[in-house]
Amino acid sequence: MSDAAIEITDVSFSWPKHLSPTLEMQYFRAKPQDQVFVSGPSGSGKSTFLGLLAGIVVPQSGSVAILGTAIQTLSVSERDRFRVDHIGIIFQQFNLIPYLSILENVLLPCRFSFYRRERALSQGASLQAAAESLLNSLDLSPSLWSRPATQLSIGQQQRVAAARALIGRPEIIIADEPTSALDADRQQGFLDLMQRECEQARSTLIFVSHDQRLAARFSRRIALGERECAVIDSEQS
Amino acid sequence: MMPLVRLAMLSAWNRRFTLGLMLIAVALSTTLLLGIDRVRHEVRNGFTQSVSGTDLVVGARTSPVQLMLYAIFRLGGATNNISWSSAQKLSSNPAVAWTIPLSLGDSHRGFPVLATNDNYFKFFHYGDRRALRFAEGRHFQTVFETVLGSEVAERLHYKIGDRIVLSHGTSEMNLSDHADKPFTVIGILARTGTPVDKTAHISLEAMEAIHLDWEGGAPLPGMTIPPELVKKFDLTPKTVTAVLVGLKSRAGVFALQREIANEKSEPLMAVLPGVALDELWQVVGIGEKALLAVSAMVMAVGLAGLASSILASLGERRRELAVLRSVGARPADIFFLLSIEGFFVMLTGVLLGVVLLTASFFIFGPFLETRFGVAFRVTLPTIAEFQSLLWIVGAGFAVSLLPGFRAYRVSLSDGLSPRI
Repeated sequence: MSDAAIEITDVSFSWPKHLSPTLEMQYFRAKPQDQVFVSGPSGSGKSTFLGLLAGIVVPQSGSVAILGTAIQTLSVSERDRFRVDHIGIIFQQFNLIPYLSILENVLLPCRFSFYRRERALSQGASLQAAAESLLNSLDLSPSLWSRPATQLSIGQQQRVAAARALIGRPEIIIADEPTSALDADRQQGFLDLMQRECEQARSTLIFVSHDQRLAARFSRRIALGERECAVIDSEQS
Repeated sequence: MMPLVRLAMLSAWNRRFTLGLMLIAVALSTTLLLGIDRVRHEVRNGFTQSVSGTDLVVGARTSPVQLMLYAIFRLGGATNNISWSSAQKLSSNPAVAWTIPLSLGDSHRGFPVLATNDNYFKFFHYGDRRALRFAEGRHFQTVFETVLGSEVAERLHYKIGDRIVLSHGTSEMNLSDHADKPFTVIGILARTGTPVDKTAHISLEAMEAIHLDWEGGAPLPGMTIPPELVKKFDLTPKTVTAVLVGLKSRAGVFALQREIANEKSEPLMAVLPGVALDELWQVVGIGEKALLAVSAMVMAVGLAGLASSILASLGERRRELAVLRSVGARPADIFFLLSIEGFFVMLTGVLLGVVLLTASFFIFGPFLETRFGVAFRVTLPTIAEFQSLLWIVGAGFAVSLLPGFRAYRVSLSDGLSPRI
């Protein structure tokens, strides 16, 4: 059992019908509570990298260990369960279920994961209270909570998505360009909240963006190369 | 915590417009399918109940189908008539409740003329034991009066009081008219949807009267008997074409049938109309099979449409399903969401279809019945219909599962690499 949150060794992944591997990575490791900025031009395999971390795809060779579990050895349904228990995901946009209220959206992972529910309950008096405290700390006022998701601005929607990824304190948060639809001011604000909350939750944050202006705020940065699929790690650990 | 069913309901409500359209499509297919099936049954019933309540049809020896064709459908001609004495002997048989003598052979502008007596209006039944009804007027009382079937009156624009001339023979060409003895329209029957509608009815005496001065199918040269004088002659018919017989007790039907077949004085035959009509349906019932094929095609097209609209709605739901997957919904959960929705759309669609059909029968039934003579009764679905309804729900449900398989395979990767 390693103490790393994420440990990737000698991974090679190629999509079906692709001749050359989309992603090759010799070694990558992130400790608990690390906050990692992942950048790279389009086609450099950012999405593939996230897919590997989330266990949506498995590498043809090599190992992806999350919290000490080599997820390529898990079955599809085991990976599904592992993902919801330990990984919170934020998409670029359209994160919310339009017909549910803000609170219901935030509580969704607790609906599907017993583990997340128990951890959320250990945070507060009730699931509702846990969700409300997250929403509060993400600057979403109580007047919004019972509204349907469609009535929020994009910035508010992304913060709700962050609250949902964080509820039940999963060990790893994956954010796939969550700020790309926001203007520059709001990007900074969103990132402030994100980073603070991940620290609070002791979660490892994997933050993907092509926007290098945000990179400075991260202690660790990796850049996925266009051709060589190489990893440049700012801080070899 | 929120149950999946609630999620499914909220999601469906969110897409209520699309689902509503799908529901209507399913309902209309169901209505069409069941409607065609009902029409099929009713047409068959209408045919096999062209005559009801009659226990035996008696005529000269021929094939049973032939006898039915001319006695009930007034198609073609009888090769032989039966004597009036046989007809009378039959009506005085202790087992017999009533007889309706039928005499055919003349026509009016292509419509057959049937000579009969008052019993016809009293005892002739069709469909579900329904008696003939007069739309206007009354039945004939004097010799030169006629009662028209509804279609005769409608097509030829006759009303009460009109005078019509009958023609000798049944073909439309080269007829000799009974021009010297016109008939007055005294009654018009309500529509029945049976051959009665296409018949002009006169009394047996009138049939006799218009042929008094005829011999061998042509007027006797140099001899005309004016209508005023016909009452001076004996107008008792000498022969009739067939006799419809009603028994006091149905149990005696086979005994009487045998008795008639063994009649020494004349070669006679008695036919059970139900049996003969079924036999006849075998010949003319090809249309029924065509309708069956149409039902099957309606069903196939309906299901194909359903599959395509479900697949289309899946595009609409890609993001939603991707988000659900990302927060931990398992493929089985996604599958459940899709299939429960498919099931309920099918179930409510089919129920709606049944309601729609019942409502349209309720509203248009009377119109259809008077127009086409096909009776559409508002009834509960039969067992067979229930079975086909279950088939529809089952097939539709199966179709709605197919996109489900596709859905959960694509859903999560959709979310992480958004393609619009």
